Amino acid sequence: MKIKSQKNFWSGLMFLVVGLGFAWGATEYSFGSSARPGPAYFPFGLGLLLAIMGALVWFASITVETEDGDRIGSIAWRPLIIITSSVVMFGVTLPRLGMIISLPLLICVAALAGDEFHWKDALLNAVILTVGSWLIFIKGLSLVIPLWPTFITG
Amino acid sequence: MDLLNNLSLGFGVAFTLTNLLYAFGGAVLGTLIGVLPGLGPVATIAMLLPSIYALDATPALIMLAGIYYGSQYGGSTTAILINVPGESASVVTAIDGYQMARKGRAGAALAAAGLGSFFAGCVGTIVIAAFAPPLTEVAFKFGPAEYFSLMVLGLIGAVVLASGSLIKAICMILLGLLLGQINTDVISGVPRFSMDIPELTDGIGFVAIAMGVFGFGEIIANLSRPAETREVFTKHVSGLWPTKQDFKDAAPAVLRGTALGSVLGILPGGGALLSSFAAYTLEKKTRGRRGEVPFGQGNIRGVAGPEAANNAGAQTSFIPMLTLGIPPNAVMALMVGAMTIKGIQPGPQVMTSNPELFWGLIASMWVGNAMLVILNLPLIGIWIKLLTVPYRFLFPAIVTFCCIGSYTLNNNNFDVFMTAIFAVIGYLFYKLGCEPAPLLLGFILGPMMEENLRRALLLSRGDWTTFGTRPLSASLLAAAALMVIVVMLPSIKAKREVAFQEED
Repeated sequence: MKIKSQKNFWSGLMFLVVGLGFAWGATEYSFGSSARPGPAYFPFGLGLLLAIMGALVWFASITVETEDGDRIGSIAWRPLIIITSSVVMFGVTLPRLGMIISLPLLICVAALAGDEFHWKDALLNAVILTVGSWLIFIKGLSLVIPLWPTFITG
Repeated sequence: MDLLNNLSLGFGVAFTLTNLLYAFGGAVLGTLIGVLPGLGPVATIAMLLPSIYALDATPALIMLAGIYYGSQYGGSTTAILINVPGESASVVTAIDGYQMARKGRAGAALAAAGLGSFFAGCVGTIVIAAFAPPLTEVAFKFGPAEYFSLMVLGLIGAVVLASGSLIKAICMILLGLLLGQINTDVISGVPRFSMDIPELTDGIGFVAIAMGVFGFGEIIANLSRPAETREVFTKHVSGLWPTKQDFKDAAPAVLRGTALGSVLGILPGGGALLSSFAAYTLEKKTRGRRGEVPFGQGNIRGVAGPEAANNAGAQTSFIPMLTLGIPPNAVMALMVGAMTIKGIQPGPQVMTSNPELFWGLIASMWVGNAMLVILNLPLIGIWIKLLTVPYRFLFPAIVTFCCIGSYTLNNNNFDVFMTAIFAVIGYLFYKLGCEPAPLLLGFILGPMMEENLRRALLLSRGDWTTFGTRPLSASLLAAAALMVIVVMLPSIKAKREVAFQEED
């Protein structure tokens, strides 16, 4: 077996697995009947349909020739890991340390994901964006966002 | 003379100071994100959704609408000046617009795009005002079976007309529908697929999906590409006014583009993107005057036609959303979300229950378009300056707004974590060549579709043939099937693939 389209091979597999997963998960709920469809009725059908379509995509990927093999290419681990972890870190720190600390932290860490990184730029960015966010979101739109760390506000 | 009465009510609403300000704000913001490559209207509207909690419904929707059509204007500026379409709908504008700029005619190209868009925007507004009420009448006759079939048609249409691989796009719709099933079942009250996480019993926030996939996913994808060298034609933007001959060439193209865009915008899956591609093809096929510049080398018709079409399409794509409550594209899906946040159930009843909102929004589109011409033509210099902002300043700002936005959605960091998860999923989709827009549409329509399906089955006592025996429902389903069949035909399939390759 030779994979003829890498992208479709993996996406087909993804659809197949997710579809089956939802269909299997739906079996926990009552299926009902056609006349009185239960909570499992719609997701079970959808899950199976997705699995079938996914299988089709997958099958095509090992049978239908493509010009360049639809290669996935290398994965950009650096931006992927840095951006997502900076977001998670923001989620963890915001309720505890407040916007005044967690936002500059987020901006500086996220900036590491770029090709070029200069401390001066990152800090400048952090100051402008933090002050700007405070003005727009807290002052302007009066949204409820913790500003100061909990150890200061108590 | 209902139309005039309605429009005057609308203009009364649109011309209040607050609403003018929000229309202006939306237009400015829209131009801004249109100019900045790598940030589209979907991510921007998603970022702003949490902040509309603080606003009234009418100004909020006026602002969001302004962002959408504003981005169409801004996108053409970058397409013409640096050959980088700031927005996907202006991809074709870049072909001839950039060539005009290289020949020192950037001013004429920008003016053709701006004035063409304005004209199209005016016509689009009138089309909405004229067609929305009759369509609403039809919508009131719809039962659950018809609504279900209409949503099937809408979802199928959305992918048939507007994406690359058909089968993968349908898979993405199904995936979106399934993600929409993670919630508490409305009829039985059973929490589904929540994996015992209490936050998930309310469902995944669609803002988390939109921001994660369209905001963060795009950023990661952008950062993985080498920084592009940009060539900006700023010095050449003198002589903004086109020549008489330009006007003569561009005017018919604008008319054709407007007509095409207005029609395509109403179709499911239509809107700005499809309209601009279709208009460019039409202009290429239409014979111009003798001795005009060939297409691809700076023909003004290649700028005016698609620009008029994408703006007209952007306007008329509001029609299905406003009248039926069914979003034809991802931006409209977010508008539906915005209305829900403000406690308005989108659908045919909006026009009667919230006439100020409905007609005010429509009138504001005309006002916004007028503002955009002023913003874009005389102030073009400011926007050009913005192009010199490096991406390393830009993406941390997007990250910041997405993070704050996702937190304030429910004042809970759970949504921030969900957004992070969808950032990874979004990058995965990018790598696997799966387009995320159909997923978002499916996600929005999922719960509505299920409810209508189950209600239709309840009414028919479990008889599935109800979808085929009710004439309206049957013809909607037949139209959906027809679309799939037509696209599968070998000759059309080949042409379609060529069209989408041009897009890359």
